[in-house]
Amino acid sequence: MTKYKNLSSPTKNMVSTFALVIGLFLILQILLLTGSVSSLVKGQLVPICAYIVMAVSLNLTVGILGELSLGHAGFMSVGAFSGVVMSSVLKQAGASDGLRLFVSILTGCVFGAIVGFLIGIPVLRLKGDYLAIVTLAFGEIIKSIMNNLYIGLDASGLHVNMLKDNLNMTDGRVIISGPMGVSGNDKLSTFFAGFLLILFCLFVIFNFVDSRAGRAVAAQRDNYIATESVGINVTKYKLTAFTISAGMAGMAGTLFALNYSTVVASKFDFNTSILVLVFVVLGGLGNMKGSILAAIVLTLLPELLRAFSTYRMLLYAIVLILIMLITNNPEMKHVVDTVLSRIKGLFRRRKGGAVND
Amino acid sequence: MSFLSYLINGISLGSIYAIIALGYTMVYGIAKMLNFAHGDVIMVGAYVCFFAVTRFSLPPVVGVLLAMVVCTLLGMLIERLAYKPLRSAPSLAVLITAIGMSYFLQNSAQLLWTSNPKVFSSVVGNGALKLFDGQLSISYVTIVTIIICFAIIALLLFIVQNTKMGKAMRACSEDKGAAMLMGINVNTTISFTFAIGSALAAIAGVLLCSAYPTLMPTTGSLPGIKAFTAAVFGGIGSIPGAFLGGILLGVIEIFAKAYISTQLSDAIVFAVLILVLVIKPTGLLGHEIHEKV
Repeated sequence: MTKYKNLSSPTKNMVSTFALVIGLFLILQILLLTGSVSSLVKGQLVPICAYIVMAVSLNLTVGILGELSLGHAGFMSVGAFSGVVMSSVLKQAGASDGLRLFVSILTGCVFGAIVGFLIGIPVLRLKGDYLAIVTLAFGEIIKSIMNNLYIGLDASGLHVNMLKDNLNMTDGRVIISGPMGVSGNDKLSTFFAGFLLILFCLFVIFNFVDSRAGRAVAAQRDNYIATESVGINVTKYKLTAFTISAGMAGMAGTLFALNYSTVVASKFDFNTSILVLVFVVLGGLGNMKGSILAAIVLTLLPELLRAFSTYRMLLYAIVLILIMLITNNPEMKHVVDTVLSRIKGLFRRRKGGAVND
Repeated sequence: MSFLSYLINGISLGSIYAIIALGYTMVYGIAKMLNFAHGDVIMVGAYVCFFAVTRFSLPPVVGVLLAMVVCTLLGMLIERLAYKPLRSAPSLAVLITAIGMSYFLQNSAQLLWTSNPKVFSSVVGNGALKLFDGQLSISYVTIVTIIICFAIIALLLFIVQNTKMGKAMRACSEDKGAAMLMGINVNTTISFTFAIGSALAAIAGVLLCSAYPTLMPTTGSLPGIKAFTAAVFGGIGSIPGAFLGGILLGVIEIFAKAYISTQLSDAIVFAVLILVLVIKPTGLLGHEIHEKV
């Protein structure tokens, strides 16, 4: 076996990212077994998994593809509702819980990817802030549509209606009821399923980045004109990356929705898109490990700040601004770097001393 | 007749969007950043005016002026504390800081003034102008909003085209480095832009709450997003573009509500925006930038 030290840096990055996820999962499993995880954190485990998947998938769009997306929650919404409908259909067919969860997540992925592909065609023609605002617009459109969608299920199949709460059903059950959303949903999602989903998405992303398509995408991010001039079909590869990203967001949506008994469309709004974007930017563009850690810390932070209940969101905002200032202001960065290197120096000296003894 | 009334209401709502959009577009033109906290400055302006008029029973005009002063100071303070240290940082970092600032303002407002909606009494009075034997009634707020919007546009165009500060602003938006070499104080210019944008936000806040009288800490966010959309719609960085984009957005929204569907009106507005941007990728009046190899 090759030693970790001798691996190339992208491979090293991949191995350490997987190690981080698996390590965290094992630690949490042990903590769960010994019962030392508070119920507050326990309730957040599946949402954290969903947010991690959202963060790494958005990182593919923002970090690797280099385009700012402000409507990522839209794909999450599509995945959430299509997944919930699929899980209800399978329930009627009498499938087991595990199979229902698996097929639902797959459905969320397919629908998310289809919507992502359709949106990607007009969106990726634009650049910069114009592209960002169009993704925002699509996110809002998806939210509006989901808010007015009624879907019911009876013996004859699915009934779909827009705007009106009139599904022409005699018996059967309403799955999605417009602004009221989904209620009485079976909670199928498990922490283990979330963990597997994260591993799967990381696997797909690392393989994509290391493929011909991934290199083309990174090349167009760094220099669009040069990439085009060597005959690479930029639009095709950009669309591929965007579709993969949307599909993953769809899966995250299904996982998220199947963790709650009620789901409403307004949950997946602009603020959710921004929340995920904050994970990506704080974690570092293109840095999957960073996205994962930022998603975990920032999802738990408001929960941990519950002791300060009324001030918690204010503190969250202040922490966010301070982190951005510290990591991006040249002077502050210098101060922090000096302090860090001093601390590092302290440790190194101690280590060196031990060897000399 | 109802068509005319919808049109006028649309122009009025559009005027509010246009005033907010001007704040976005000017800051974008000069500082090249999306100031997401702008929508929340609107909310602060409306609250200041609300308390000035109801609690301290000052005349509405004084309330509006007070709101403008407070918002101007707030805007300059935000710029100084949060955005200035990040002048050379990547634009995404500035964007996240602006989002943080937006959260900060919203949550401060929630702590200070609670999240219970306040009923904002119109600063203009509740009467309406009746035309054509009462078939067409236009509220005073609507008329005042439209007039104020036109006055602001005229004033801004005058400032930008004919004053020394305006010249400095145009120079900064073109090339900050070159402007600095010509002896223009870039920091003062950016600060001034934030001051104007925030003062406009205060006016927009008061007008918005006069027309739609519910005031909450989140009052500013959706109009903020829509006005930002309007700015992009008209071509971000362009003052006439913000005006045109705002008015069109308002008219489309009211028409969509009236003739198509109330629930889907937002979706229709955004769909039109997407259509325009796909056909003309830099907005209605935006300049196309040719990339040189």
